[in-house]
Amino acid sequence: MNSVVSQAESPKKSFLYDPRVRAAFYQILLVVIVAYLFYKAGTNAYENLQRAKIASGFGFLENTAGFDISQSLIPFSAAGSSYGDAFIVGLLNTLVVSAIGIVFATILGFTVGIARLSTNWMVAKVAMVYVETLRNIPLLLQLLFWYIAVLGPLPQPRNSLEMGGGFFLNARGLFMPRPIFASDVSAILVALAIGLAVAFVFRRWARKQQAATGRQYRVGLVTAGLVLGLPILTWIVLALTATNPISFDLPRKGTFNLQGGMQILPEFVALLVGLTTYTAAFIAEVVRAGILAVSKGQSEAAGSLGLKPGQTLRLVVVPQAMRVIVPPLTSQYLNLTKNSSLAVAIGYPDLVQVFMGTVLNQTGQAIEVVVITMGVYLTISLVTSFVMNIYNRRVAIVER
Amino acid sequence: MTTAVDMRHYVRSDKIEASPPPTLSRGPLAWMRENLFSSPLNALLTLAVLYLLYVIIPPVVRFLFLDAVWTGTDRAACREDMVGHPVGACWAFVVEKINFFTYGSYPAPERWRVNIFFLLLAIGVGWLLWLRAPRRDLGAVYFFWVFPIASYILLTGGNADFGLGFWIKFAVVGLVLIGLLAGAASLLGTSIRTALIAAAAIVAAVGVTLAFIDWDFGLLPVPTSLWGGILVTLLVATVGIVFSLPFGILLALGRRSKLPILRLASVIFIEFVRGVPLITVLIMANTMLPLFLPPDTGVDRLVRPLVGTAIFASAYMAEVVRGGLQAMPKGQYEGAMSLGLNYPQMMVFIILPQALRIVIPGIVNTFIGLFKDTSLVSVVGIFDLIRAIESSRIDPNWAAPTISYTGYAFAALFYFIFCWGMSRYSIGVERRLAAGQTR
Repeated sequence: MNSVVSQAESPKKSFLYDPRVRAAFYQILLVVIVAYLFYKAGTNAYENLQRAKIASGFGFLENTAGFDISQSLIPFSAAGSSYGDAFIVGLLNTLVVSAIGIVFATILGFTVGIARLSTNWMVAKVAMVYVETLRNIPLLLQLLFWYIAVLGPLPQPRNSLEMGGGFFLNARGLFMPRPIFASDVSAILVALAIGLAVAFVFRRWARKQQAATGRQYRVGLVTAGLVLGLPILTWIVLALTATNPISFDLPRKGTFNLQGGMQILPEFVALLVGLTTYTAAFIAEVVRAGILAVSKGQSEAAGSLGLKPGQTLRLVVVPQAMRVIVPPLTSQYLNLTKNSSLAVAIGYPDLVQVFMGTVLNQTGQAIEVVVITMGVYLTISLVTSFVMNIYNRRVAIVER
Repeated sequence: MTTAVDMRHYVRSDKIEASPPPTLSRGPLAWMRENLFSSPLNALLTLAVLYLLYVIIPPVVRFLFLDAVWTGTDRAACREDMVGHPVGACWAFVVEKINFFTYGSYPAPERWRVNIFFLLLAIGVGWLLWLRAPRRDLGAVYFFWVFPIASYILLTGGNADFGLGFWIKFAVVGLVLIGLLAGAASLLGTSIRTALIAAAAIVAAVGVTLAFIDWDFGLLPVPTSLWGGILVTLLVATVGIVFSLPFGILLALGRRSKLPILRLASVIFIEFVRGVPLITVLIMANTMLPLFLPPDTGVDRLVRPLVGTAIFASAYMAEVVRGGLQAMPKGQYEGAMSLGLNYPQMMVFIILPQALRIVIPGIVNTFIGLFKDTSLVSVVGIFDLIRAIESSRIDPNWAAPTISYTGYAFAALFYFIFCWGMSRYSIGVERRLAAGQTR
């Protein structure tokens, strides 16, 4: 640094050769250009909006929406709800399909990823074909295939396919029993909370005991018993002594449609299946790479210490593989969330379909709608990467 | 701890019988035992997979090949009630519509122009991807300069007809630019001659480009509303590739720059674009681009998603290139600087050739993603392959139960061949690059 300064100060050289002057010059130039572009875009937009007589601002969110949404988690009606409500409905639908998709894609992806490493030749090859096929075909095409080619030819409600257990499948979607919770369902929740708390305490105690004495306890079994067994026991006791806290409303065949029960839209099913199978193919590759990244010496060393294969996998291989798997896995989760915007192609009312589609077309508030929608996705991305950075810092190898 | 204090010794007096040789250590049966039935669980899995294949494969083969209809001129050929046997894929439909799938509504007598575009594209891609091709520097010039101009002229018909006024303006601006650069050179005390040559070269390159676009080659103008099908799919992908690589490199350099404002601008752009779905970028380009431009400039409907795709692909490309830049050992930068190279020289001659080479697999993977993502332009109303199939499959002339499946199967095959080919290439390059490092 010193030499640079002294060079710059030497009288022979022009000050134009000072790196700091040049840096300032380039950056000021950049700022001027960007500012000019923004200024031009802003004035043009203002002029164009004036011409089209569109009032800018977020006031339109209060206006009555005037359209219906086929799936909404909150009460929504064309007459009584605003564009703001439509935004929330779309956002919730996006989050629901993403959350469920992430759960299923993780399960399927880990299964396929491990299957690709199976010693069983046939299992490995089938997993490979699955991954290669699904990864190399656009998601949009897959969604259209599921929606139009697979779910399209389903029968009309009066000829619904009966799948047993109160499940029906027809062109209007999947109908299933809807649980009805009585008031004393809270007892079950309390039992669940107690089970979780006791399990947590027991795990800590067991770990301490193991560290101190070397004795191992069946932590997994006890945890499962506490977390699952306690609520189920409460349920059984309640059902025997008082009223049944959870009953089911089964769908029944009416003349034209099924009555009662819970309806899941075919768009939702198609989107969920498409997103799950597509993302699972990517997750499978992430998992495979992660497991391969754990060197063979690790499992050999674990074996020579006397760990059983199951323990080797659980205590040695998986913790190290997760370190490699988690960052790309997160970006796959984000991809799934972003890809759920393809719902617009098959008409599932997600954020993009409801807000960037219907609301944008009805109000013409292009700038506001685009800014809000992109802001939502950006927030999801940034929050996720923030959380993941914290996680990464916790699991990162502590260098000596 | 004491061991073997009172151990009875036992010595065998006779030899152990030799064990029989292991049965079947090679051959298909042994292979099966080892790879398919090594344990009860594995045997069970194998049987389960075999059953799964038995359920899936025969119907698929029957649909795609055995029951498929290969010839025919309308729906009669593909309807079960008319031909009297179960009908699988209706390939006759694809055969009849193949021109529509390839060119959209591009006028039939002009389709040779599209074919030349495909050929030029294939030459450019091959030149750049074949690592031992001669003169790959010329290949880059071809792919990023000659080929786009030629394609533009071929596909639209060229003949932009700027008029004399434009050329006078251009000459003035060019002269001012040359003068500015020469002035800057004299201010810096460097060779004015070099500055003049550089400035003249830039002005000449832009001028030649514009002159070609301006020139009337006698080609019939074809409006973009007539373009469609594979032509548009490949066009969107090509524009994405041609723009995303240079812009991605610039963004990556910006992100690695020491200048804080430049770095901040690059980071914001990259993270913003990567944080939102492509479809929102496309809708933004569709609805907001016309708002931001002066009221009298109409933006072509095909250009809007092209801009969106280029922006989107650039951000992803930037991250790939950044990976390559970060992988360069510091000694390369220091070596270049100690030779007295300035920043552009260092980047162009030392860093980028090496950095780009090691990220070729990453670049190709981004292209695969981009290629698949081109299908999204159909959502904003562009007539790409997906749209062509969507509109053909509801053609009443071809109303038959299996038409949708056939259309989707064709599209899936098209995308699969391209993406799978690219991924094979990327794996090959990866292996080749790794081979050099494991010595």
